[in-house]
Amino acid sequence: MTEDTMSLFEETALNAKNKRVQGLYRTLFMLMTLLLITPVVIILATLVVKGSAVLSIDFLFTDPTDGMTAGGIFPALLGTVWLVTVALLVSVPLGVAAAIYLSEYAPDNWFTRLINLAIINLAGVPSIVHALFGVGAFVIFFGFGTSILAASLTLAIMTLPVVIVATRESLQAVPQAFREACWNMGATRWQTIRKVVLPNSISGILTGVILEVSRTTGETAPVMFTGAAFFLPFLPQSVFDQTMAMSLHLFVVSTQVPHVPEALPYGVALVLIGMVLIMNSISIAFRMYLRGKKKW
Amino acid sequence: MSEQNPSSVEIMDAFDRRDLAWFIDKLVQVLVFIGGISAIVFIIGIFIFITMEGFGFLLDTLDFREFFMSPWWEPTDEDEPSFGILALIAGTASVTGLAMLVAIPFSLGAAIYIGEFATGKKRESLKVLVELLAAIPSVVWGFIGLSIMNPLIIELFDVPVGLNVLNAGVILGLMAAPIMTSIAEDALKAVPDRYREAAEAMGATRWQVIFKVVLSAAKNGLLGAVLLGVGRGFGETMAVLMATGHAINIPGSVFDSVRALTATIAAELGETAVGSDHYQALFTIGIFLFVITFVINLTADLIVRGIRNK
Repeated sequence: MTEDTMSLFEETALNAKNKRVQGLYRTLFMLMTLLLITPVVIILATLVVKGSAVLSIDFLFTDPTDGMTAGGIFPALLGTVWLVTVALLVSVPLGVAAAIYLSEYAPDNWFTRLINLAIINLAGVPSIVHALFGVGAFVIFFGFGTSILAASLTLAIMTLPVVIVATRESLQAVPQAFREACWNMGATRWQTIRKVVLPNSISGILTGVILEVSRTTGETAPVMFTGAAFFLPFLPQSVFDQTMAMSLHLFVVSTQVPHVPEALPYGVALVLIGMVLIMNSISIAFRMYLRGKKKW
Repeated sequence: MSEQNPSSVEIMDAFDRRDLAWFIDKLVQVLVFIGGISAIVFIIGIFIFITMEGFGFLLDTLDFREFFMSPWWEPTDEDEPSFGILALIAGTASVTGLAMLVAIPFSLGAAIYIGEFATGKKRESLKVLVELLAAIPSVVWGFIGLSIMNPLIIELFDVPVGLNVLNAGVILGLMAAPIMTSIAEDALKAVPDRYREAAEAMGATRWQVIFKVVLSAAKNGLLGAVLLGVGRGFGETMAVLMATGHAINIPGSVFDSVRALTATIAAELGETAVGSDHYQALFTIGIFLFVITFVINLTADLIVRGIRNK
């Protein structure tokens, strides 16, 4: 090897400078990322520290007392379970059907683009506008009154895009060759979807559903006027009753009720955020596990 | 025509498989189509129902000039109620503007770090963290503004009230940033690696590649991310309701309390009589919000798709 080729790979002054500049930029962007994440982590840590003071099994499973300044959050917790369950019963079948249509049937034309645009816009409509729609359509027009049914339908429509997008993605991840093999055996489209496409994408759909549960749990504005009440002395018996809800309960105890002990709303916030983050973590972990397991 | 050559009708019959499976297949096709068009039905339904509720006001009482130009929102005044949303628009715009000042640089910076610099485990865990931050419900953000930011602002800046544009703007910025980060990172990821390789082969350093090649190739996607952040800011309800101070005001500084369009609906709808002018005026604000966010989302989608088709 001659000296010329040796020097070709040696670091010149320019190389060294470039390296320094690049290191500088790398550090700068890393700092920006950390600055974005750190405050939120500190805030969450504060919530955990202050909230854990009131957290106990009793807190979760007893009724609020003394004008909501003491006691637990059981009716709100149960109400959220009601709202989420009824919303899922509507949005999952509808969302999965929409995703099957978009992934397996829809031709690539203007109408399909219109559907996609509608989905994007449905996700972008402000939550309070969804609330107005819920009041106008379900509470007044269809006569459900302020009830779990009206609130859950509003939530279902609002979170429909979450199910559609997640399901469509996992359906499209099934290789086309799987479908073609099945068609060649003489199966109809639906037989192919039921026996080949859905079994191969069911876990992806499930992660989408978990995400939707998490979204639905945290939404406040859409249920405020459609079915969630500030305080109820009884538990809901059917979908036509009103209910309390975790998200609204946090709003109420932190803004509407006088003389609430400081720690109480922290406890409510901690439970709410705990529910949401745990569900999202499950969904993410599930997705990673699936990605590792995938055979094709 | 001999008997060995069956007629075309017989061939058709032999291939005709209109059995039960065929009918089920057709039925399912119709059912999933209904699911498919549901999104369109709901979008149109939302527009129709909120317009229906606000219709009387839109036709009779509404004075467009007053509605958009007057800063006086006094719907419950007994003698002369006035329905001007200028101050509310100013409230929403100031909070969203400040939120974008916070969110745009940090989310783009984070997207560049996650997408271009970070590798392996570090990259994966940052992405997961960002996704988790995006999931925090807005009412929790509102509570954070109320109970953590409020005393912090009072202490740091020595002002009497900590519920103001600054508080809501920072909260909204922190809220919008994770979503903007993941969309921006998607846009960076969509830039083909051969662009980077070509630039590096020309002797460009990593940061030159990022600034001169990747960012300019991804600029539409990044713009889309920013627009979606703006749309999110306009539509956010609970956090701004709790953190702005909820005072009707055209803000002169970031320490003024304001009130947002969304928050006005959330705070007042429960107190109005169904069908009253006030009630219908709130639905009219809803129509305004619907139209604005519709336009923002449409534009963002067109911009983002523009680059994909290219």
